[in-house]
Amino acid sequence: MKLVIILLSAIFVNNFVLSRFLGICPFLGVSKKVETALGMGLAVTFVMALASVMTWIVQYSILEPLHITYLQTAAFILVIAGLVQFVEMVIKKTSPTLYQALGVYLPLITTNCAVLGVAILNIESGYNLIETLINGVGGALGFTLAIVLFAGVRERLDTAPYPKGLDGFPIALITASLLSIAFFGFSGLL
Amino acid sequence: MKLWKDFTNGIIKENPTFRLVLGMCPTLAVTTAAINGVAMGLAVTTAVFNGIGMGIAATAVLIGSNLIISLINKIVPSEVRIPIYVVVIATFVGAVEMLIKAFSPALDSALGIFIPLIVVNCIILARAESFASKNPPLNSIMDGLGMGIGFTLALTFMSSIREILGAGTFLGMPLFGAAFEPALILILPPGGFLVFGLSIALVNKLTAKKA
Repeated sequence: MKLVIILLSAIFVNNFVLSRFLGICPFLGVSKKVETALGMGLAVTFVMALASVMTWIVQYSILEPLHITYLQTAAFILVIAGLVQFVEMVIKKTSPTLYQALGVYLPLITTNCAVLGVAILNIESGYNLIETLINGVGGALGFTLAIVLFAGVRERLDTAPYPKGLDGFPIALITASLLSIAFFGFSGLL
Repeated sequence: MKLWKDFTNGIIKENPTFRLVLGMCPTLAVTTAAINGVAMGLAVTTAVFNGIGMGIAATAVLIGSNLIISLINKIVPSEVRIPIYVVVIATFVGAVEMLIKAFSPALDSALGIFIPLIVVNCIILARAESFASKNPPLNSIMDGLGMGIGFTLALTFMSSIREILGAGTFLGMPLFGAAFEPALILILPPGGFLVFGLSIALVNKLTAKKA
């Protein structure tokens, strides 16, 4: 039961993008088309699930026994950067089509703060390994949901009449604001 | 003269938040933190206080990483420069994190995970890559300082709007009488997106007129 609550909370109630403000850069940068948004979302899901597990292992089998938890930030970012590189190489070898589809978004995941954010949140919340995995997957699915919905709205914005002065980032942020209000509806869910 | 130009560049012309639109996550999150602080019953921290604290922390990291990166750029092979930059930045963030924990536990609990997340703040890596790796140390320090101040001013501006209208206070002091009904939405997450969007539109408008 606790696992279900963690999952639902990560996807809807504490949505990473819309209520925790993690991963805003790709959220605004890669959300012009629904397809690329979906590709980015899936790549992030894969990396976030792996990164959650890897950083959990690093924290409890290397940093804590050696009493060097103050190196957490540096250690985690290195693990994530290495992981993204590794995933990139594996996808390139095994599935060139997927690699083509993800393109430049794959290396950009390293600087997606949702990935480092979920790793640190897992440790702070004292989750065990299974809960960590669920939280990572849930957070990433929440990110995917938000970015795909947002891309759908932005596709329609292309033909919508709005004041010229709001062109570009301002109108995107105002749209995000409305989407965030919509996600407030989930706050009574748990 | 060149130094002064590098310094002011980050404050107005290339303000990292409003002009370059980098480092959005902390901008939005930190100026929201007031409500979290109140809800969790923590020590009194306000949106403006958090904004300034975050700005100073990022400025310290920017100056330190810009200095080191401009000193080592001749010996770093360009193929592996990004991982090396990230390690340099992570080291400074770790130091700043420990300083904040020691000297201001209230700020530490209010900013939470956004202190370690300075590592992946695009402003810092962007300045390392586009400025510090090509310029001498002194200019890089000035650039870091200017960018940091620009970031701090932007955070202060946004958190002031959100705190005054959303909570009716400034740095925790009530500004209006009891009859004032604060617009709660501005201090909640949607308000962050809204105020940020309108701020960029305003800055665009002002700078477009000057040009």
